[in-house]
Amino acid sequence: MAAFADEVGDTGPVTVTGLGTRGGPVDGVRVVTAPSGIEWIQPAEMTICCGAGTPVTDVAAALAEHGQCIAVPAGGTIGGALAVGHSGIRRLGWGPVRDTLLQAHYVSAAGEVVKAGGPTVKNVSGFDLCRLLVGSRGTLGLLADVILRTRPLPEDERWFTSERDPWELLERLYRPTSMLWDGRTTWILLDGHADDVATQVRLGALTPADGPPELPGHRWSLHPSELRSLADASTPFVAEIGVGIVHHSQSRPGPAIDSTVRALHDRIKHEFDPTGRLNPGVDVLSDS
Amino acid sequence: MTTPLVARLRERLRPDQVRDGAAEVNLYRRDASNLSGHPAVVCFAETTDDVTAIVQVANEFGVPFVPRGSGTGLAGGAVPSSGSIVISTSKMNRIISVDHVNRLAWVEPGVLNLDLSKQIAHLGVHFAPDPSSQQTCSIGGNVANNSGGPHCLADGVTSAHILGLEVVLPDGSVAMLGGEEPEPYGYDLRGAFVGSEGMFGVATKVCVKLMQNPPDVATMLLDFSDVADGAQLVSDIIADGIVPAAVEMMDQLCLQAVEQFIHAGLPVDQAAALLIEVVGLPATVASQIERIRVLASKRDVGTIRVAADDAERALLWKGRKSAFGAIARIKPNYYLHDTVVPRHRLPEVLAQVYEIAARHELLVLNVFHAGDGNLHPLLVYDAREPGASERVHAAGDEIVRVSVAAGGVLSGEHGIGLEKRDLMPLMFSDVDLAAQADLRRAFDPEGLSNPDKVLPSPAGCGDIHSVPAGAWV
Repeated sequence: MAAFADEVGDTGPVTVTGLGTRGGPVDGVRVVTAPSGIEWIQPAEMTICCGAGTPVTDVAAALAEHGQCIAVPAGGTIGGALAVGHSGIRRLGWGPVRDTLLQAHYVSAAGEVVKAGGPTVKNVSGFDLCRLLVGSRGTLGLLADVILRTRPLPEDERWFTSERDPWELLERLYRPTSMLWDGRTTWILLDGHADDVATQVRLGALTPADGPPELPGHRWSLHPSELRSLADASTPFVAEIGVGIVHHSQSRPGPAIDSTVRALHDRIKHEFDPTGRLNPGVDVLSDS
Repeated sequence: MTTPLVARLRERLRPDQVRDGAAEVNLYRRDASNLSGHPAVVCFAETTDDVTAIVQVANEFGVPFVPRGSGTGLAGGAVPSSGSIVISTSKMNRIISVDHVNRLAWVEPGVLNLDLSKQIAHLGVHFAPDPSSQQTCSIGGNVANNSGGPHCLADGVTSAHILGLEVVLPDGSVAMLGGEEPEPYGYDLRGAFVGSEGMFGVATKVCVKLMQNPPDVATMLLDFSDVADGAQLVSDIIADGIVPAAVEMMDQLCLQAVEQFIHAGLPVDQAAALLIEVVGLPATVASQIERIRVLASKRDVGTIRVAADDAERALLWKGRKSAFGAIARIKPNYYLHDTVVPRHRLPEVLAQVYEIAARHELLVLNVFHAGDGNLHPLLVYDAREPGASERVHAAGDEIVRVSVAAGGVLSGEHGIGLEKRDLMPLMFSDVDLAAQADLRRAFDPEGLSNPDKVLPSPAGCGDIHSVPAGAWV
């Protein structure tokens, strides 16, 4: 970690990269990579500590040996997944990726190692810098190592489809892990005791399916109640019912950012990175 | 005599919303901690515009303001600084809208925690965080403290249940942080605001996530002749892949006190009992109960009592939730602590807690959220006995230190406030604390929103920042 801090240093533009699966580093800027490797797993605490540069697949494989997993979407590194902050398609049942981060060491713009949060599953000691870091795209600090909350591996996870109204299913089924809807068909992911799954299947008149549908490449974020209006869309989409994420074939319309929120972002960035050296050019309030 | 500050507030609000009579102001000097302050005036906001007006006046006069919900906080987070304006949100208590299908609701901050769940119960949903004070604490207060409760083990504390916040920032501007959409652009300002203990502004509307009521619930009480066996079982259950809805522990002194109070047939001869609740679909619940039985048998469990019906379940929970009332039979005063340790360290830290209490000649009751390692040692004493308060403070300080030394944290759900402010360096370096101060400065450059809480003041600032008498240091 100290070596990573030295590498980041305290002057000049710097950008961080993992495996480059979520956009990669900023062009034309000195590139650093975070430490990699699992430091420990504590199954009875349901926590894991690893370098931010550790591939998500390595973490998933190591946790599976203990019958556990994490609510971090597959691909790339743990640090990349946290910095981008997008949740996986199991968010309905597993919660957002931001809730997995318990503690982080990050390297600040001043080149110092800073600790945010704490190692236990429950902690309200001080301000919640962990939440601030998730989704901050490396503009406030560069993640070095993290402690994450794990969860039990689902028991017998299975996909189903239904042609029923997805909101009717959302109301009737008990805590499905995921519900995806393309405007016509709904894909439902269930897990748990076989008898319970069978009951849910009858209740929702569900049909076994091979897996989730293919997801279009663009990502929109809507109010969950707005998803119904997509039914008339002429372009393909897959919406996460009960969540509001839409995997869309067209790019997301640009955001309308309120000036007060913009000003607050600018003040936070200025406090954490006064010279704008961390991932320069990245604007978290836009797609750039 | 009306001060210029009060006169100005009365221009901006209705006069009856602004109270400066000594008797009334005195009611707002403290929260549920044993600390107190001296506010100048108390304002009862009814709308976001009211809050904006009050914050603007605070800025005009350069005086601090303190947001306040129900005042049930235990860490002094709502204790007003001298000359401050208390902004009570208790009259902002409307449930604005409920979307039970997409499982979210917009509420005002003064809505009481339990009132929300009661009013939406017929829709088959509830608000998951359930602090012991849930009959009286407000959603706004839950947001400020990132509150927990017994049922936060499986579903997470308040932050996991807040989707969006309308807030009046400390400069009087209004911003929407987060919202109904799952991944808004920008930093997670919602997440940063939750748990900021009133230091980042005033929440005026809250978008909460609602959870489905479980179709089946099983509540079981398991007793042990050795506290360590019960504590070990908690780790065994989690390691086996079961995350119960709640895992609470009560030790013998607590069981005895509560039994005298509610007559629930609690195992008063045993060293400790675990109250475990599993929820979900029927087959899952049944299989988890069986797995817990098997695990418990390997930890020398005494009796396993599974509540036969809702009435028995309610009685067992009443036992858990009456603990604080019941202890009044033992001694007139108590000091409640709140630390977290890794679950696997529970047996040894509990042993240390008993040792510390004994050394300071104090009685200690333990009633706590064992499932997430969240200790609540309750030191009971009689403040009239010479030296008793000092011993309570000394013992409490040691309990906090052993918890942190065991890899734990200062607070699991009560917050830092004034009580543990000066203990923050036990967990955080100067550099760590400076980063937290940076975030505070970004939200509140002038430092008017609930100043002097959470962050220890830099050395050399003199008396003005020192912790008031009676505080926990």
